[in-house]
Amino acid sequence: MKTALTIYQRELTAYFTQPTAYAIIVIYLLLSMGLTFTFGGFFRVGDANLAYPHFYWNPWLFMLLAPAIGMGLWSDEQRTGTIELLGTLPTSTWSAIVGKYLAAATVCLVAIALTFPLWISVNDLGDPDNLTIFSGYLGSFLVCCTFLAITMLVSAFTRDQVVCLIVSVAICVLMVMIGFDTVVIELTKILPEGGVEPFIAFGVWDHFNSLMRGAFRFQDFVWFASIIVASLFGTSAILTARRS
Amino acid sequence: MIDVKNLTKRFGPKLAVDDLSFAVKKGEVLGFLGPNGAGKSTTMRMVTGFSPVSTGQIEICGISMIDDPQTAKRKIGYLPESAPLYNDMTVTSFLNWIAKMRGLSGSTRKEAVAKVIETCFLEQVARQSIDTLSKGYRHRTCLAQSLIHDPEVLILDEPTDGLDPNQKHEVRKLIKELGKEKAVLFSTHILEEVEAACTRAVIVDQGKIVADGTPSELKDQGNGSLYDLFHKVTTTDAQAAAA
Ligand SMILES: Nc1ncnc2c1ncn2[C@@H]1O[C@H](COP(=O)(O)OP(=O)(O)OP(=O)(O)O)[C@@H](O)[C@H]1O
Ligand SMILES: [Mg+2]
Repeated sequence: MKTALTIYQRELTAYFTQPTAYAIIVIYLLLSMGLTFTFGGFFRVGDANLAYPHFYWNPWLFMLLAPAIGMGLWSDEQRTGTIELLGTLPTSTWSAIVGKYLAAATVCLVAIALTFPLWISVNDLGDPDNLTIFSGYLGSFLVCCTFLAITMLVSAFTRDQVVCLIVSVAICVLMVMIGFDTVVIELTKILPEGGVEPFIAFGVWDHFNSLMRGAFRFQDFVWFASIIVASLFGTSAILTARRS
Repeated sequence: MIDVKNLTKRFGPKLAVDDLSFAVKKGEVLGFLGPNGAGKSTTMRMVTGFSPVSTGQIEICGISMIDDPQTAKRKIGYLPESAPLYNDMTVTSFLNWIAKMRGLSGSTRKEAVAKVIETCFLEQVARQSIDTLSKGYRHRTCLAQSLIHDPEVLILDEPTDGLDPNQKHEVRKLIKELGKEKAVLFSTHILEEVEAACTRAVIVDQGKIVADGTPSELKDQGNGSLYDLFHKVTTTDAQAAAA
């Protein structure tokens, strides 16, 4: 597992020596602040817990930005052939998966953490429940990690970053949209009977909403953890299969 | 120290490596010759543990690559055919990272990195970013990477590809030198390299060994010319297309 740490350090340095991480973090901050102060009605709503003004927007942003963070994770490695280098070093596929995944998750953690002026402002202006705010941050991070894990799984399938980006955005958008009744109604029309239920189980809002409002529910953590772990195991299986 | 027995690799219906057996002992340099698509790189990928075998046995210093890949991989230095590198790093940071992955630390690591930079003549580009390197320097950086932990077994896939004539000469000399106390397996398309660097050579064709011997034995088999032997024992693309 020491090699997982070495891989993590390399990946994280790579994010920050290239423009990728900066571009994504800056765009995230601009958009999330923009939405908070316009549509989110930061001043108008007077919700010091930040749920609707701020956290509500995160799944919408991460469904686009998490794939952008993670699209290169394995596709680049396969395109440039460095996977052959990694595969012949004395380390396991699993260490590489964990190291790379945690590096991507760190980028998203940095992005989320940099919204801290908002947290300072609400404490300055009002009297928020800081535990609820923490819960909102945790929920946002978990949503981003879930989307990242899915992106990583997709990136194991292809050596093309653009294909990976498009496919993972499509999956993440579906996971966000499935939470809306109008979308479910339309889908019911297209899909055969009983075809919608499996999709609904993949909706993020059920699990994100409760965290956003400050409710820690065991089932939500199980949901996030199982999607992440399943995606990582899937990545390992795909990478092994593609080598032979 | 490299022991390969009955190695076979299938890609779907295609047999890329067909029941290949060979051994390389300490102090030996084995040259791997063969036409394009003969299965040289595929064999090396299996021996280095990157690609799983279809059937067969691989032992590196007595350790099975199939049962205990992590231990076996420690013994090997490998230069892949395409000389892959992480383009976002500099030459030094890349070599440092490989050394770390190989379990070297502290002053041992510093010395190892400095030593391979010297051996592979990389001083000039040590601080340069890898994505701005010329092809030959990329190749040499990847070669340096394979030597960093002073492995007992070296597997080099076309180590002189893309190098200038001076560097080709240096690398052959290096391979010969390293071969004295290691087991070296390298592939090449340059027949002169066989005489310049190998103690033994095999010619692979369509996944099978079709000739095996010391450079002088092989030359005798081809009536004085390695090229004649090569031409005689291998299938040309035209023949393959007709078959
Ligand atoms: N991943 C793969 N899937 C399908 N076929 C493959 C794969 N990798 C290699 N092959 C096939 O296996 C055969 C052997 O390829 P290999 O790369 O080992 O040849 P080589 O001897 O190294 O040739 P060269 O001299 O051109 O480097 C080729 O016919 C190739 O098309
Ligand atoms: Mg080859």
